[in-house]
Amino acid sequence: MQAELIDIRNHMAQFPPFDEMPEELLDQVVGGVEVQYFRAGTQILEFGQDNSWLYYIRSGAVEIYRRSGELYNRIGEGDIFGQFGLLMNKTVRFPARALEDTLVYRIPEATFQYLFENDDGFADFVETEDRSRLRSALSRREKSNDLMTSKVTRLISRAPVSAPCTVRLQEAARIMTDQGVSALLLMDESGENSRLKGIITDRDLRTRAVTEALPSETPISDIMSEGLITIRASAYIFEAMLMMLHNNVHHLPVMDKDEVRGVIALSDIVKYESQSSLYLVSNIYHQNDVKGLKKISRDVPDTFVRMVNEDANSHMIGSAMAGIGRSFTQRLLELGEEKLGPPPIPYCFMALGSMARDEQLVVTDQDNAMILDDSFVPEEHDEYFLALAKFVSDGLAECGYKYCTGEIMATNPKWRQPLRVWKGYFTDWIENPRAEALLNSNIFFDLDGIHGNIEFAEELKALVAEKASHSQRFLTLMARNALNRTPPLGFFRTFVLEEDGQHRKTFNLKRRGTAPLSDLIRIHALACGSRAQNSFERLKAIGQTKLLLEDDLGNLRDALEFISIVRIRHQALAIEDGRTPDNNVRPEDLSPFERSHLKDAFQVVSNAQKFLRFRYNAQVGRNAQ
Amino acid sequence: MPSNPEREDAPGAKLTWPEQYRELAHQATSPLLKAFYEAGCVDPDMPISDVPLLALDFETTGLDPNEHSIVSVGLVPFTLSGIQLGRCWHQVVRPQLPLHQTSIEVHGITHSDIDNAPDLAEVMDKLFSYLNGRIPVVHYRDIERPFLNVALQWRLGEGIRFPVIDTMAIEAHLHPDRRPGRWQRLLGKKPVSIRLADSRQRYGLPHYASHNALIDAIATAELLQAQIYHHFSPNTPIKDLWL
Repeated sequence: MQAELIDIRNHMAQFPPFDEMPEELLDQVVGGVEVQYFRAGTQILEFGQDNSWLYYIRSGAVEIYRRSGELYNRIGEGDIFGQFGLLMNKTVRFPARALEDTLVYRIPEATFQYLFENDDGFADFVETEDRSRLRSALSRREKSNDLMTSKVTRLISRAPVSAPCTVRLQEAARIMTDQGVSALLLMDESGENSRLKGIITDRDLRTRAVTEALPSETPISDIMSEGLITIRASAYIFEAMLMMLHNNVHHLPVMDKDEVRGVIALSDIVKYESQSSLYLVSNIYHQNDVKGLKKISRDVPDTFVRMVNEDANSHMIGSAMAGIGRSFTQRLLELGEEKLGPPPIPYCFMALGSMARDEQLVVTDQDNAMILDDSFVPEEHDEYFLALAKFVSDGLAECGYKYCTGEIMATNPKWRQPLRVWKGYFTDWIENPRAEALLNSNIFFDLDGIHGNIEFAEELKALVAEKASHSQRFLTLMARNALNRTPPLGFFRTFVLEEDGQHRKTFNLKRRGTAPLSDLIRIHALACGSRAQNSFERLKAIGQTKLLLEDDLGNLRDALEFISIVRIRHQALAIEDGRTPDNNVRPEDLSPFERSHLKDAFQVVSNAQKFLRFRYNAQVGRNAQ
Repeated sequence: MPSNPEREDAPGAKLTWPEQYRELAHQATSPLLKAFYEAGCVDPDMPISDVPLLALDFETTGLDPNEHSIVSVGLVPFTLSGIQLGRCWHQVVRPQLPLHQTSIEVHGITHSDIDNAPDLAEVMDKLFSYLNGRIPVVHYRDIERPFLNVALQWRLGEGIRFPVIDTMAIEAHLHPDRRPGRWQRLLGKKPVSIRLADSRQRYGLPHYASHNALIDAIATAELLQAQIYHHFSPNTPIKDLWL
C-alpha cells in the first residue's frame, strides 16, 4: 500500500472486522480496493447476479433486501455487504440498493477468501456477526453502546477551521459565518510551526463579546478560551461525551499528537445519538428561566432509565447524571448573575460529594459551597452572594435536587467564605483531626469547581493532596469513620442476617455498598496524594503507587461497578414502575445471578475494610480520642 | 454539456483528438512522446463508461508553469465503474526551483523529502506507462497539462498535447451563478465554492483529512464518477466532456 493511502486505511481500521486486523494485512486489503460511487436509488447488487466483491461502505447508506423484495436491513458507514453471496456460490443472495449517495470500497473475492482463511477475527465476523446483524431490526437506530465502540473521528465531517490568534473580533466572526462553523480554532503562528492556542465559539461571541458590547476591533486573543480541553483521535465517542459533560464544554478539538484533525461539537454527538444525555444538557443551556429548567428537569429520570436500558456502565451513567446536575447549576448561576448583575468580586461555585465524584444517580441532594475571593468584605459583598446562593439553591430544589438536610449548601454562611478561610478549614481538618468533625466534613474531600474562578477549587485540591498524605492521624480517623458502615455478609434469599443475629428484610445498597467503597477508595487516594475525585480515577491513581496489589485494585473496581449497577438498575426499575426510586433493596427482588455476585462484591468490600483498618492503624480502642 | 468555446475539437477546429495524435506521432522525435501518441486517443464518440481514465494531480511550488516546478505526482487509473487503488502511484520529485515556504505548508513535503527525490526525467518512463492510452482527469486544468508540457520542453526539447477532463470546469458549468452579486449577498446568498473538497461535499463524498497528490487524484476520480451519475450518463460521449 502506498503510504499516501493512510487516510483510507485509517477509515477501515475504525470498523470491525478491520479494526482488529494486523496492520500489514489491512495494508494489503487497501492495496486491492476498487472505489466506486453509487447515486442514491441505484441498484448495487441484483438477486442472482454474479458477484466477486465484498463491499465496504465508506460513506452513504445502503438498503439490503430479501429475495422477495422485502427490506431486510439498512446499513451505513463502515458496514460491509455482499459477504453472504461470497460465502455461498458467488451469486447475490441479498440484493442491495443505495439509499443515499454512497461511496463503496470493493474488496476482490481473492482477498476475501484469503482473509477468511487466515484471519480468525474476520472469518468469525463475516460468518456470525453478519447473521445477527441481518436479523437485527429494520430501521435499526444507532444504539448508545455505539458511543462506546465508535471512535470520535467518525464525527469529524470537515477539515478544522482556524485563524491566527492575532485576528480581530469582527474577522473571526466573519470566518465563522462564512464557513458555517460554531467554533473557530485560534493558532499561535509566532513559532516555527503553528500551534493550537485557543478556541472561540459562537456562545463565547454571544456571552463575552455581544453582551459586553466589545468593539469589533478587539483582538480575539482577549476573549478566546485558552488551556484547551482536547481529545485524542483514538478516543471513543463516549469519552468525548464524558469530557464535555465534565468540563461543560461544547466543542472538543480532536488531536493526533500535536496536529488538529478536526473539531467535534456537542451537536455532532447529539445528532449521532439523539437520545443521549448530552441532548438534555444542550437543552438546559437554551432555557432562560427557572420555569424552563424545571420543565426539562422532568426528562432527567427518563434519560437515566434510557441509559440503563442501553447497558451503559456505572461510570457513564454517574458522569452523565453529574454532568446534567452541573449544567443545571451552571445555568442557574448564569441566570442568577443576569438577574443580580455581575459578581462584585471573583468567586467559585463548588460541587461536593457525588456530583464532584461524577457518581451521581437520579435521587440526590444538592451539596454545594462557594469560595469567594480573599478581598471579600461581608458587609459589602455578602448580600449579593447570599442572594445568588439562594437563587441557585431554590432553583435546584425546583429541578428536583432536594435541599441538603445537613445544610451543606452555599446558602449556609459557614460554606460561603473567602479562599483563606477555606484553606483554614481544610488545614484544621487535616492537621487537627477530630473524628466527630471529620464525619461531617467527609463530603468536602470530594470537591469540584463548576463555575466562576475554578482556580480557587484547584488550590484547595492541591492543598488537600499535599497535606493529607502527611497526616497519619487524619488518615487513621478518616479510616475509622469509614469502617462505621459495613456490608451485609449474611445474605440470604429473603433476608439479611446481621452480625448481631438480627434478620432484616431490606438493606441499603448505598450505605452498605457504594458508600463504604467510595470512602475507603478516597482514603487510599488521599494517602497517595492524588487529586482525582472519581472513584475509578482514584483507583487508577492508587494503582500507580504500590499501596494496593493489582489484583485487589481489580477486585475493588469490579465490586464498585457491580454494586453501583445493581443500585442503578434498582432505581431505574422503580422509575419505570412509577415508584419513587430509593436505595433499599430486598434480597428477594434480586435475580440469583445478582445475589451471588453481590455476595462476592460485599466480600471484597469487607476484605478491603480489613486492610484499611490494618493499613491506617484504625482499630477502635487504639489511637482513640 | 453545451458547446464550450475552449473545446479543442469543437466545430471549426481542424482536427479531432485522435487525428491530432496520429499527426503528432509523426512529428515527435522523443521515443517517449512517439509511443504516447502511437498508443492513440479514444474515439470522440466513445461512451464515457468505456474510456480508460487516469486521475492525475501534481503538487507544485506555485501556479505558473514557467516560474514554478512540480514537487509530487499522484495518479490512479480508473473507469466509471472502479478506481483501482492497487495501481495508484505517488512520487515526490525534485523541483528545479527553490521550494517556496508556502507550498511546504500546503503539501507537507519538506526539504529533506526533496533532497532524496529523483528528477522528473528519472521517473518519466513510469509516468508515461500510466498516461499511454488513458484520458487524464484533473481538478482545474491549468496545472497538470501546462506543467507537464513545460517540464517536457525543458527535458526533452518538445512539449506535449492531450485532452483532459476537468472536474472543476464541470462544477463551474453547473453553477454559472456561483458568485452572487452585491445585492444577492446582502440578501444572504452565499457563493458556491467549486474547490475540490467543497464540490465533493455536494455529492455526499467523504472528507479526506490528509492532502497529498495521490489522495487528491483519488478524490478527483471519485468526484468525476459522482458528476457523471448525477448530471450525465454512462453513455455520454467523451467528446462532450474533454477539453
